[in-house]
Amino acid sequence: MTVQVASGVVSLWHRFRRNRAAVLGLAIMALIVLAAAFGPLLYPVDPFDMLGRPSTVPSQRFPLGTDVSGRDILAGLLHGARVSLLIGIAASLAATLVGLVVGALAGYFGGWLDAVLMRTTDFFLTIPSFVLAVLIVAIFQPSVLIITASIAVVSWPSVARLARAEFVSHQGRDYVDACRAMGMSNAEIMLRQILPNALPPVIVIASLMVATAILTESGLSFLGLGDPNIISWGYMIGVGRTVLRTAWWMSAIPGVTILITVLAINLVGEGLNEALNPRMRQR
Amino acid sequence: MSALLRVSDLTVEYDTLGGALRAVDGVSFTIAPGETVAIVGESGSGKSSIAHALLRLIPRASGRIAGGRIEFAGEDLAALPEHAMRRVRGARIGMIFQDPMMALNPVYTIGRQIAEPLLLHGSVPVRRAMDRVVELLTLVGVPAPEERIRQYPHNLSGGMRQRVMIAMALASGPRLLIADEPTTALDVTVQAQVLALVDELKARLGMAVLLITHDLAVVSEVAARVVVMYAGRKVEEGPVNEVFADPAHPYTRGLLAASDWSGDPRERLREIPGTVPALAELPEGCSFWPRCPDAEPRCRAARPAELASGARRASCVHAERIWRPS
Repeated sequence: MTVQVASGVVSLWHRFRRNRAAVLGLAIMALIVLAAAFGPLLYPVDPFDMLGRPSTVPSQRFPLGTDVSGRDILAGLLHGARVSLLIGIAASLAATLVGLVVGALAGYFGGWLDAVLMRTTDFFLTIPSFVLAVLIVAIFQPSVLIITASIAVVSWPSVARLARAEFVSHQGRDYVDACRAMGMSNAEIMLRQILPNALPPVIVIASLMVATAILTESGLSFLGLGDPNIISWGYMIGVGRTVLRTAWWMSAIPGVTILITVLAINLVGEGLNEALNPRMRQR
Repeated sequence: MSALLRVSDLTVEYDTLGGALRAVDGVSFTIAPGETVAIVGESGSGKSSIAHALLRLIPRASGRIAGGRIEFAGEDLAALPEHAMRRVRGARIGMIFQDPMMALNPVYTIGRQIAEPLLLHGSVPVRRAMDRVVELLTLVGVPAPEERIRQYPHNLSGGMRQRVMIAMALASGPRLLIADEPTTALDVTVQAQVLALVDELKARLGMAVLLITHDLAVVSEVAARVVVMYAGRKVEEGPVNEVFADPAHPYTRGLLAASDWSGDPRERLREIPGTVPALAELPEGCSFWPRCPDAEPRCRAARPAELASGARRASCVHAERIWRPS
């Protein structure tokens, strides 16, 4: 079994590697993850400490300058990476899990269960997702947990629809009938037979969702709805907004960081899509 | 001799926008232990629905067994709770499907898929499972089984895949094998091999076979008895040699004539005029009368009763003169 999985990963890597842009995206992602993991250790400056004069240009002491309160922007960037990645990944995982369960049940069983679950999904899809996220955070206290939950709540419906489509198409196939004919239970068929077939497109969507989640989190903290105890990229843009004309880099630096991160994740997602798509395998 | 499987008055309905359709309408037949029975009919005659109904595989969202009994070794499968039904599927009744490519999960190796029913029904301990898989593959005539178990379905030819399916169906030593169009998706030469294999295994393992097919040549080769289906109803039943030599129902006669290739090759292919009626628009009385060369007014008036003569049954008024009501 382990040999099979390992060889599967190796061949996946071979297909992924053919897309140069995706490899570049993966390299950038690796840098960002490393920066988030070790940056605050190698550059131990508290991002909330007012250390210098406000709004200074990048210098030897402050490599990326200071913000309107004299806080070190580089320190903010490194600490903010942790928050962005944590919220982005946690929210996507939660949304993927919920979406998979809802979509699998709806697609596999059909009937009234399908109708109820999918109308609920449609209900969530009709509400503009960012507005809903703002609403949820505004109702509860803004904390990392609530922000993550709010992003997950607005993200799961797209996974649910995709998962449902996959499960609908697979539950009608002969191999599922064959599994039932040999006495497998519904849970076993869903988890062990259909899920491995349905997973590739879901993995792609989930990876792209990390990018959207990071953007949503930035948007929330830009609006001042972030966790007040934690520095984040969106919050830094918000702080620089008032001095945009005199100190443009204050907003531009976290802004470009978000742009690069989201772009890198999208490139990786695109590469995964090509690598996991069975139609591409024969090439 | 008591029957292994006794189906009585089986009715299967599917829901459509226009209401419930009867895909199988009051069909009865029996299978003795070790016997091969074939169900023949055109597409839409309900033959596959019977196969699915026997294992209760009709999708719950779209259809149901609306009536009748399915007695298998003394138990009524139609009334069995789902968890008890799971112990029948695969363990006591095996099933093979029309397209072996579609019936194998593309993401798992052959060995793993054949091991599945073994582990599911706990018939062998986990560490012995692969040995048993190799035994089974040898039994169904797959060469180099030790290498095959590490391969994926797409690495195998159609005939090999169908052998793998048969190995899966046989894994737990079922007493009945349901073969739903097992050779339709295969090349003619491979068809013959697979049929010969099923026949040989049947004799060796002493199991009964229910063969679902539209191919009369296949029926005459392997089956002892045949059930002919038309538009969801059984129209004729009997020993294959008797039914084929002297069909009692005009539909059976039409089928046999249409599949007879012995005539002049320049002659037009013989066919049954008209098409199978849609289940929603079945005619009154006998459902075959609009296409029947011998139709009379009384065929329209009422559904013909089933008549019997020895081991034979037919639902046609024209059999009346020679046969008595069953």
